[in-house]
Amino acid sequence: MDAMLLHRIHFAFTVIYHYLFPQLTMGLALLIVVLKTIAIRHKDERYNQAARFWGKIFAINFLLGVVTGIPMEFQFGTNWSQFARTTGGVIGQPLAMEGVFSFFLESASLGLFLFGEKRLSPWKHWGAAFLVFVGSWISGFFIIVTNAWMQHPVAYAVLPNGAYEVTSFWGLLTNPWGLLQYAHNMSGAVVTAAFVMCSVGAFYVLENRFSEHGKIFLKVGVVAGVISCLAQIFPTGDLHGRYLAKHQPAAVAAMEGLYRTQKGAPIVLIGQPNEENQSIDNPIVVNDVLSFLIYGTTQAEVKGLDQFPRDQWPAPLPLLFYSYHIMAGLGTYFALIMLIAAFLLWRGQLFQARWVLWPLLLSFPLPYIANTAGWMTAELGRQPWIVYGLIRTSEGYSKYVSASTSLFTLLGFMGIYTVTSILFIVLVYRIIDKGPATGMSKSVPTLA
Amino acid sequence: MGFIWFWLVAIMLVAYVVLDGFDLGVGILHPFLARNEQEKQLMLRSIGPVWDGNEVWLLAGGGTLYFAFPLLYASAFSGFYLALMIVLWLLIMRGASIELRMQINIGVWKSFFDGMFFFSSAVLAIFYGAALANVIRGVPLHEDGYFFLPLWTNWQIGSQPGILDWYTVIGGVVALIALAEHGALYLAVKTEAQLQERSRNLARRLWVLLFVVTLVSLPATMIARADSLANYKAYPIAFLIPAVVVLALLGMIQFSRKGADHKAFACSCAYLTVMLVGAALGLYPRLLPSTTGSQYDITIAKALSGPHTLHVGLVWWAFGMCLALVYFVVVYRMFRGKVSLEGGGYGH
Repeated sequence: MDAMLLHRIHFAFTVIYHYLFPQLTMGLALLIVVLKTIAIRHKDERYNQAARFWGKIFAINFLLGVVTGIPMEFQFGTNWSQFARTTGGVIGQPLAMEGVFSFFLESASLGLFLFGEKRLSPWKHWGAAFLVFVGSWISGFFIIVTNAWMQHPVAYAVLPNGAYEVTSFWGLLTNPWGLLQYAHNMSGAVVTAAFVMCSVGAFYVLENRFSEHGKIFLKVGVVAGVISCLAQIFPTGDLHGRYLAKHQPAAVAAMEGLYRTQKGAPIVLIGQPNEENQSIDNPIVVNDVLSFLIYGTTQAEVKGLDQFPRDQWPAPLPLLFYSYHIMAGLGTYFALIMLIAAFLLWRGQLFQARWVLWPLLLSFPLPYIANTAGWMTAELGRQPWIVYGLIRTSEGYSKYVSASTSLFTLLGFMGIYTVTSILFIVLVYRIIDKGPATGMSKSVPTLA
Repeated sequence: MGFIWFWLVAIMLVAYVVLDGFDLGVGILHPFLARNEQEKQLMLRSIGPVWDGNEVWLLAGGGTLYFAFPLLYASAFSGFYLALMIVLWLLIMRGASIELRMQINIGVWKSFFDGMFFFSSAVLAIFYGAALANVIRGVPLHEDGYFFLPLWTNWQIGSQPGILDWYTVIGGVVALIALAEHGALYLAVKTEAQLQERSRNLARRLWVLLFVVTLVSLPATMIARADSLANYKAYPIAFLIPAVVVLALLGMIQFSRKGADHKAFACSCAYLTVMLVGAALGLYPRLLPSTTGSQYDITIAKALSGPHTLHVGLVWWAFGMCLALVYFVVVYRMFRGKVSLEGGGYGH
């Protein structure tokens, strides 16, 4: 078996599973602050009940985010030790800062938010919710800074022993790639939270249980959804794409399935990359659009894969192609459905419009898929580099950890995550089934 | 710089052991101390608002180790691969069992999660002790700074040992008993009436065991690594450390007998701290000694990051630690006092 491939799958599997939880908690933290703000400003207790309800769902997701996140930090050392050794001086820094600046803040303020409502004044409790939001968004920032350096290394020098070191700390934190990626990623997290909130809201309204709260969820979810879904396409997605085309042209060519350099490059909506013939099977294309999207003019020349040596092509190419197309396709659907829902909300017809409530109810898994596909696009597009242009992935993994050892622990994670998934679904279903309690919540989560 | 970062990382790991230590200890004692559902809930509630904040010290300490000594992080994490993966699985099990137990109101499931909470806490304590013992004993480092240890070989400490051998098992047992004692003394502080009385009694019985294994661990360390006293001999004042260990041990039992629970718990914190500091001093300036020849030792000088990284790191680290201290003071003050199921001790 190929050790590198297994180490890649090991990391990919654990990180994809991990990120199912933070993408919700980061978005939800913001929406809980919105709920708490409305509750105080309009003195509306229903919004406090809504915040408490989502606080419980937040707590479970946060817990799973924490326990599945620890393996991520560890794996840099366990499975990618060559990479850790040479780049620890750079990316160890934001990773340590995440712990020091974000996790302490998050765990302390979440304790106050979940346990302290009776002891704190309404504004102080709002403050606890706000700090949970700040903590989780700082956490996201440091992870993005780490990843951005791997995508687009800046502000580094090579030491005599071959290791990398930061030359400008500020330069590392303000990596333009990181800022664009952060905006795109966080807005993606809000998309997930908005769809989940809309889904539960639509469920309550369609089911005619807790429909008062359901309508609140729909209102807040649709407003947050329409803003974040549009921001996901423009400006964040658009800017990120152009920057990508400038700095990782091979990745863009592979994502778009553009084998040959051409003027007026078309965009492929659907198709299957044929690696033997280097073409797209069964394509549905729109001419000139790709040139326009990247360069703002329909006749610009876009570099195809033929411009790059074969050993610099991202692999596996079809997976990258599909990931990108799934992300972009779902993103378009999100914007459409949210625009329709927002229009109906504005006209006061959303809560009767079953033809929109049903798609909202059923769509909650899709943002998870889209966020995952987006990250797969970023990470597969970076291949064959672990640090773009500097270190190859084949030079990064732990040489002394055998393929079969890696497979052993991969299977272990799969088993454990199967169990946690089942428990998670049961628990969240019970919370949704019980509904937002009226009055103070009696059940006490243990998590602080 | 290397000196500073060595001790900063050591401080963070000590903070982790002292803080997460008592909630691990509560987990180890959970099936033995609680007689009914109410007491089980009290025990969980005593760590409820703080356990995951305590665990953050592991992450923050690990991250700091990563950027200050990348070579050590890379070498140790890949070399102890299997043990670390098991630790990760146990951490996941433990976190899930604490949370799920409170959420699910079905007796069979509660018992199941109780068992999982106990099992994961106890095995984690053993692994942490064994991990430290592995670092003290040394590992078969290759020329390129890497190694890979199987979980066990022949249980001997030769040049090709396993993660578990007779010495590291002793380390694991010391950690198991020390953290159980730590947890019992913590519970004596946090609980009342019968549960408190039982915690004190158990703490006294465990103390005898702890005293014995601590004494055993010292000569065992001499056998496993003969030169671990070199720093002590060079700076004889360091022999105060074992003296403080003994004092802290005696303090635990004396204060516990008098019912001065806070002081007994403080002695337990001191005991853990001084044991770890003593081990760190024995290592310095090595980070991971080799069993294949001292030229392969991973030392501070070999593993240290670049100077700019470390200077900048010092600034934000100091700032971040001050913030972390503030959070801990706020949370521990807010949830201070005895734990109870109704109102009072804990806001809910």
